[in-house]
Amino acid sequence: MTETKKTHHEGRSGQTKFRWTKKDLLSLEELSREEIELILTTAESFKEVSQREVKKVPALRGKTIANLFFEPSTRTRTSFEVAAKRLSADIINFSSSSSSTSKGESLADTAKNIEAMHVDTIVMRHSSSGSAEYLAHCVKAGVINAGDGIHEHPTQGLLDIFTIKERKKSIEGIRVCLIGDILHSRVARSNIWGLKKLGARVTVCGPPTLIPKKIEELGVEVSYDLDKIIKDQDVLNILRIQLERQKGAFFPSIREYAAEYGISMDRMKKAKKDVIIMHPGPINRGVELASEVADGPQSVILDQVTNGVAVRMSVLFHTTMVEKRV
Amino acid sequence: MRILIKGGHVVDPKNKIDGPMDILIENDRIKKIGKSLVEKADQEINAKGKIVCPGLIDVHVHLRQPGYEYKETIETGLRAALKGGFTGVCPMPNTNPIADRRSDMEFQIGESRRLALAHVWPVGAVTLKEEGKELTEFGELKKGGAVALSDDGRPVSDSNILRRALEYAKKFDLVIMVHCQDEGLFCGGCMNEGFVSTKLGLPGIPVESESVEVARDIQLADLTGGRLHFCHISGKKSLDLIRQAKAQGSRVTAETCPHYFHLTEESVLHYNTNAKMNPPLRTKEDVDAVKRSLTDGTIDVISTDHAPHAESEKDAEFDRAPFGIIGLETSLALSLRLVEEKVISLSELVTKMSLKPAEILNIDRGHLSEGAYADVTIFDSKAEWVVDKEKLESKSKNSPFLGWRMKGQATDVFVDGRHILQDGKIVA
Repeated sequence: MTETKKTHHEGRSGQTKFRWTKKDLLSLEELSREEIELILTTAESFKEVSQREVKKVPALRGKTIANLFFEPSTRTRTSFEVAAKRLSADIINFSSSSSSTSKGESLADTAKNIEAMHVDTIVMRHSSSGSAEYLAHCVKAGVINAGDGIHEHPTQGLLDIFTIKERKKSIEGIRVCLIGDILHSRVARSNIWGLKKLGARVTVCGPPTLIPKKIEELGVEVSYDLDKIIKDQDVLNILRIQLERQKGAFFPSIREYAAEYGISMDRMKKAKKDVIIMHPGPINRGVELASEVADGPQSVILDQVTNGVAVRMSVLFHTTMVEKRV
Repeated sequence: MRILIKGGHVVDPKNKIDGPMDILIENDRIKKIGKSLVEKADQEINAKGKIVCPGLIDVHVHLRQPGYEYKETIETGLRAALKGGFTGVCPMPNTNPIADRRSDMEFQIGESRRLALAHVWPVGAVTLKEEGKELTEFGELKKGGAVALSDDGRPVSDSNILRRALEYAKKFDLVIMVHCQDEGLFCGGCMNEGFVSTKLGLPGIPVESESVEVARDIQLADLTGGRLHFCHISGKKSLDLIRQAKAQGSRVTAETCPHYFHLTEESVLHYNTNAKMNPPLRTKEDVDAVKRSLTDGTIDVISTDHAPHAESEKDAEFDRAPFGIIGLETSLALSLRLVEEKVISLSELVTKMSLKPAEILNIDRGHLSEGAYADVTIFDSKAEWVVDKEKLESKSKNSPFLGWRMKGQATDVFVDGRHILQDGKIVA
């Protein structure tokens, strides 16, 4: 059993399950259904750890994890930090303002410098799409994509799916609607890949200017009219609207955006009674989501945060334990 | 100095030659061309099994000197050109400083003469510093040796400036080579806007960024009667407009590059920066349209838009990597694939890579008439080779074709009668 101990996790039923073999988690596009389910199953066990009196397991004791955040983030970075600590790993934080990139150091050099300190896993958030894949080729350490430009945010996608599963028992056939700026959303892309692989029915809804070209080819339905489709959805995952997008002529004003796509109490009247409301945060209260809804009974936003730690523990565990290539 | 090229298959479209012929070069001119020549010569070249044609001319390259010598120099660029079978190239003026003065033309020509490699036919900028605001001195540039004008790298966004440029250029019979890009639609994009850009999360450049300006520029060519040449056309929409314009008598010509008839946006997958150029690689539909346009003559010229960049620059996050790929050393082999695919005949290939370029630039090359300058290319269309980074003459190695198996390679090149590429090796 020793050789299998490192790379797979026994499920609750005690059966040996599918193996995780990747040193990196770069996207949900490249994961199989089984790999996604493995992460989620492991996350379930780790969620339980966070509910104990002593919130620690020695799974990654002695391992060094580096948080390399080139974009500001409190939520995701802290979530990874908590996850790493609960697994007994040592975690170090590099943030962009204090890093050498402001002195013009290239990403490859920054990464190699960190690697020279024998870090096991690097968690990176960067503003360039593809930067995680790029980093993964530069370093022997494992790379976890905490958001690369507008490409993917795989751990967010996973925790969103985990949260839906918690409430709805299964993803198969569930109707999920992603609302907002799909074009610039890495959360949307990751969600689409993950949900489709698990059999959900996905709709993207937003102003026509913010729906990416040919997104239907990913198997999603497209709608510009939220009021028309809201009654059919089981899950509403509301994306943050970046107020700067107004300058790019994507929509004329916040007022109009909120009127057409904001989830207000009025709009909620059209939705299913058991619909769940999700948001990756931070929320622009009163713009894409009304306060009363964000804080209301259908909201699972705080569960997302809790589940985020568990999912990240699972991801860190599986990738860090993979035998590194020499 | 007399050189006799024997036994080759000569393709000289201007003189309607496409068959076995021998060529006698005396000093810098073609002395005689005929079947089975019996002539005394200092050197005899056996061209059996090979194609002999007028020297290939690349109307669109970036030699990076002055200012970016770490990417390429006139010397390394011309060496790459010779390896690729070219006897002459047209360097674009987006050097540093921008080549917008007579002295800039004279510098490039002076360098090329000193190096005695291939010809440099310089292109002067249309506007000062390529800023698109004030015209350069077309007369002075022409006196300095400019064969064309372009603000390549950038479009001439102000329609009035381009209009005046086209009109003024008529006096000097200079063609204006335009880089079509609607800046608004371009909008910070870094690859074709479509399914791949959606998947990869990369800002996209819609094909309309090119075609919208093609439409405008056709009308300006018509308005002014000036000569306009479209650089690196990549999209079906643009080609449909150009085809229609030519049918209606517009004085426009167009070029494309091998990557636009061989690669699609899929080459960008996995964020391959060696597939990043401007205009970007597009869809299969566009590739098919480019091929059709080569067949029906909508596209007059095959150029490379040879754009060297250092490895350290291309080895970066996709959005930060510069646009451009090299092309001088792979163009012939890639273009020969079109002949194999029966998209164009061998004679049409030579027209598009030698005769038409010379005609557009108004230079006395592109043909092997008796008395013509002896710019000659000999190539083996069956020679198999692999694109090896280490063996490229270019200082930069940013090519999406690295590692590709190629068929067709230049073996000998004569520039003004000087046998400068001998059996695949540069003899400087």
